[in-house]
Amino acid sequence: MSTRTVDVALGTSGLDARGRPITVPLGVQLQDTGEFEVPGHFDEAFGAEHMLINIGPQHPATHGVLRLVLELDGETVRRCIPHIGYLHSGFEKLGEYRQYNQIVPLTDRTDYLSPMANNVCLALAVEKLMGLEITERCRVLRVIACEMSRIISHLVWLGTTGIDLGAFTPFLWAFQERERIYDLQESWTGARLTTTLTRVGGLMADIPDGWEAGLRDFCNTFPKTLAEIDSMFTRNSIWCGRTQGVGALSADEAINSSLTGPMLRASGVPFDMRKDRPYLGYETYDFDVPVGEHGDIYDRYLVRMEEMRQAVRILEQALARLKPGPINVDDPRVVLPPKSRAMSDMEAMIFHFKQVMEGIKPPAGEAYLGIENPKGELGYYFVSDGTAKPVRWRIRPPSFLNLSALPKLCEGALLSDVIAINASIDIVMGEIDR
Amino acid sequence: MTAAPSPSVASLRKEFGEAIERHVVSCGDTIVYASRDRVHDVLAWLKDTPGENYNYLTDITAVDYRDPELALEVVWQIRALDRPADLRVKVAIPTGQPLEVPTVWDLWRGANWLEREVFDMFGVLFLGHPDLRRILMWETYAEGFPLRKSFPLRGHFSRSEQTRQALAGQPESHYSLEELSIADGYQNLPADVRERLKQGKRGFVE
Repeated sequence: MSTRTVDVALGTSGLDARGRPITVPLGVQLQDTGEFEVPGHFDEAFGAEHMLINIGPQHPATHGVLRLVLELDGETVRRCIPHIGYLHSGFEKLGEYRQYNQIVPLTDRTDYLSPMANNVCLALAVEKLMGLEITERCRVLRVIACEMSRIISHLVWLGTTGIDLGAFTPFLWAFQERERIYDLQESWTGARLTTTLTRVGGLMADIPDGWEAGLRDFCNTFPKTLAEIDSMFTRNSIWCGRTQGVGALSADEAINSSLTGPMLRASGVPFDMRKDRPYLGYETYDFDVPVGEHGDIYDRYLVRMEEMRQAVRILEQALARLKPGPINVDDPRVVLPPKSRAMSDMEAMIFHFKQVMEGIKPPAGEAYLGIENPKGELGYYFVSDGTAKPVRWRIRPPSFLNLSALPKLCEGALLSDVIAINASIDIVMGEIDR
Repeated sequence: MTAAPSPSVASLRKEFGEAIERHVVSCGDTIVYASRDRVHDVLAWLKDTPGENYNYLTDITAVDYRDPELALEVVWQIRALDRPADLRVKVAIPTGQPLEVPTVWDLWRGANWLEREVFDMFGVLFLGHPDLRRILMWETYAEGFPLRKSFPLRGHFSRSEQTRQALAGQPESHYSLEELSIADGYQNLPADVRERLKQGKRGFVE
């Protein structure tokens, strides 16, 4: 069987002998109606053996350039073999040729759905390497950046997963709310997507005047939209039917597969980097970590919905804590002195010169720092030999490891469930392929 | 640099003695260097021993230093989920020795893709891994291992040659033999591809 499947999948033209596209639905016994000439090899009975199906890399439901090769028995998936690497950009190699602050723009482009959180992770990792203590205002602003990223990333997930399962309206609502955060990001950093927010020891800029009012307005009105989306999905029988009990993973399997983030918590493991390895003073914020029970797609949905509500709670607390103060550390090794001082004070000028010409030089050593990104634990591992460029910059990508559990999740599922399971992982290929 | 090492170091030394070569504390992280022959036992012991319980594999990676004299290091970052304890286990492979370490796929399924990536980027062989293929680069990629320091930033080949090979690679027209076993796809391949597979030419670009 499946001569045709293999031929088409192998990249041949998919045309019959007369040059017309072959349009026979797979798995259906071909009837010779006499309308067009049937190639001889189609005479074998379809559906008698396992079928090879290729999805992607260009396919809207794979959320990027992911390619899946499936072995089907009827409509049941027997094996799923993912192929990745189509978006490989060599970020880790590029980082070895750049100074630490020059790596920040690269992090925007890995997980491009939550750029600010990636920036924060990079700055924290280098600060750990150098033993720097950042200012209180910077800490609070970074928390705001992380939680804003969590909301926009989960909104994209919610909207696109809804579309994959046939619900279009919540997608529009989700993207409308996401737009408001993008506006806030734009007025803060000047860019909507490539924010490049942090610098080692601080931020590229303080928030503009009146910015808090915009965020406060978002915090007040966003829960209402979220409740509307909730009312469309949570008790919707189609949504429940497509998600409940599908793609389930037990807690032990989730730990063994190194899953992180909502994927891990939906399986019932209460592990959150913000609670268990606190950074940026997260231990002083009052928020709950939602944990699922069944580990299926529905629980992942519930966990992400609740995480958005908790993110709003954290944002409100952070806004209340935002006090005037410096955003950069007072350390001439890492932060440029003000221009007026650099032009009038000899020492300040030397530091200015050294930083511009040589760059920041962390001491020889190595540091791993992981933060709770929207998709899971993002970790940056730096090895320094005392020069201005890292020996090794390793990205520990959350969706790479979450995606590696896909073959396990898909075993025995239906073909249509593969789309739902793949969507529930919340992958972003920019980060998987790096 | 003066912080105390993790308490697991003392128990590791007690259990494995000589197999624990040395330990370092850097930026608050404890790093344990294990011998290559025993590293699988060390990781299994750390995972399953009550009191240690490092049941979560965070990351596997490798470090190639700029100094060609220095050993290439394979790094396992492990974690205990029930308490705030992380540990980094390393194996140093001196220059000139074969880049081979045992797989930990039997301990953590999450190691599957991580080990494939280290193999893809550094050429480290994980002995016992069930499916050690390239993962980010395509299977016929012939330039070497990109994250080695001996690999220039722009690659070994010229830009035009790289483009030619990337276009000729056609990853979609390649299936692993495992995939071809589905639906007896092998018999349906074009004759020249079958011939190449028979000669074991998969993985070469002519």
